[in-house]
Amino acid sequence: MSRIYEMTAAELPDKVRSQEISAQEYLHSILERIGYVDEKVHAYVTIAREEAVAGAREIDEKARRGEKLGPLAGVVVAVKDNICTKGIRTTCSSRMLENFVPPYDATVIERLKASDAIIIGKTNMDEFAMGSTTETSYFGATRNPWNLDKVPGGSSGGSAAAVIAEEATVALGSDTGGSIRCPASYCSDVGLKPTYGLVSRYGLISYANSLEQIGPITRTVRDCALLLSVISGHDSRDSTSLRIPRKNYLKYLIGDIKGLRIGLPKEFFGEGVEEDVKEPVLEAVGKLEELGASCYEASIPAMRYVLPAYYIIAMSEASSNLARYDGLRYGYRDENDEGNFDEVFSRNRRIGFGAEVRRRIILGTYALSAGYFEQYYLKALKIRTLIRRDFERVFKDADVVIGPTMPLLPFNIGERIDDPLKLYMCDILTVPANLTGYPALSVPSGFRRGLPVGMQIIGKPFDEGTLLRVAYTFEQNTRYNEFRPPL
Amino acid sequence: MSGSRRIPVEEVRHIAELAHIELTKEEEMIFAEQFNRILEYFSMIDEADTEDVPPTFHVLDLVNVYREDEVYESVKGNEPLRNAPKKEGRFFKSPRIV
Repeated sequence: MSRIYEMTAAELPDKVRSQEISAQEYLHSILERIGYVDEKVHAYVTIAREEAVAGAREIDEKARRGEKLGPLAGVVVAVKDNICTKGIRTTCSSRMLENFVPPYDATVIERLKASDAIIIGKTNMDEFAMGSTTETSYFGATRNPWNLDKVPGGSSGGSAAAVIAEEATVALGSDTGGSIRCPASYCSDVGLKPTYGLVSRYGLISYANSLEQIGPITRTVRDCALLLSVISGHDSRDSTSLRIPRKNYLKYLIGDIKGLRIGLPKEFFGEGVEEDVKEPVLEAVGKLEELGASCYEASIPAMRYVLPAYYIIAMSEASSNLARYDGLRYGYRDENDEGNFDEVFSRNRRIGFGAEVRRRIILGTYALSAGYFEQYYLKALKIRTLIRRDFERVFKDADVVIGPTMPLLPFNIGERIDDPLKLYMCDILTVPANLTGYPALSVPSGFRRGLPVGMQIIGKPFDEGTLLRVAYTFEQNTRYNEFRPPL
Repeated sequence: MSGSRRIPVEEVRHIAELAHIELTKEEEMIFAEQFNRILEYFSMIDEADTEDVPPTFHVLDLVNVYREDEVYESVKGNEPLRNAPKKEGRFFKSPRIV
């Protein structure tokens, strides 16, 4: 029999209900696994052992009493450390929030708990979600479970690494410019950025609020659909969450894509995209054609401007969202209180924030300042319109748009971190979905040089169902999801 | 192209002050160099034709979302002070304001 920690979120709850496996037994198997591999991977910032053990005991008691259990009974969830968890410290992997313990749960956490899931801990990330490698964390880098010298992607690198290393059943990440899909691609997970407005952002610590969404990172497409069904839906505490009926996404998991129309933008396979990535993705597209889909070459001319437009908008929003950190009511406060309020405030922010966070706040302040507002910020917002129009045009003839998730294979830790611009280039294929608000999913589509390659499927607004159907059909016919890193 | 103007170190210092972030002398130099390279790259957007193109501030067509003004229980007792790095009695301790 397979080891108990290998179980998926789709398999476990029934066994917990029937008491074939106890939630406590499963949790301990995961905790043991963490004890064995996390020294190498460093996926976690905080393990909430006591809370998790108490939660598992309660679920087992409910099962014994024959009470109804939720759809995620006993499922162990790793949560990115920018999502607030009541009583469990939430750091954003920053010195600024090193000791911050939220007084409330994010809406997604409330929903997980109501579904009888167990929060096992908080995962490492790029500081304030600003990065694509999980190297900017104040607590040190997370390593790629497939090759410990490589980056796991980012910024939700801890969540993605924890899932494929079987240190959790599933995980939550957040995606502002690819932060779910990039690490999912680099770790061989399924990662979904939902349509903007589908999942409540209440309790997500803001970086660029018009771009970001919380979403699932899982080992199978079924687990992704299950987790999305639990966390999505309207929340009056997030005014940008849409009033649409809640869905059970499991119903889209049918292995049939006959008649599906796929647009392949030439810009997603052009200059700057490695052959090692292009090849497996084109093979994957060939597989989808074999299964009944049809493909045609499309074009997104505004792709040329997508990266600068994204960074200008993200940095501008960051400069505003991160203005709240003054070290007064919470956050880093230096012992030295010398000087006036501005001086103390500025000192706390120099010591509390890492270099990349400070770089983005300052550049964002510049882009919004008098004299440059129109040249940078407003111009970027107009380009956002152009990108949206390009995608709308492509979606007239296509049900989904497909390309690689990342333009290059996972690279070495330390290789790009000293050159911000070189690092920003990694996000070229993921940022369009954030600028347009469209849903996008990364699904494992093979390996090159022993490293995973992810295929990105972008869909129409609120058409997560089609993304899951395509990914599920592909997964069932390839089984790349069954490979595990040698840890 | 208007975007290729170089930002001098003094301007980096000024913007950092506006953003309330103290920088060391060394950081000012490094940031100035990096900012110039990044902004040169950003200036690529100058060439995009955006005449008569409206800006997209937000992807959802939502305006004025209202909800009932209901009273919920708020955080009680000393809980709001729990994360305060410096406090005195039941108050946050602020640095000197002027």
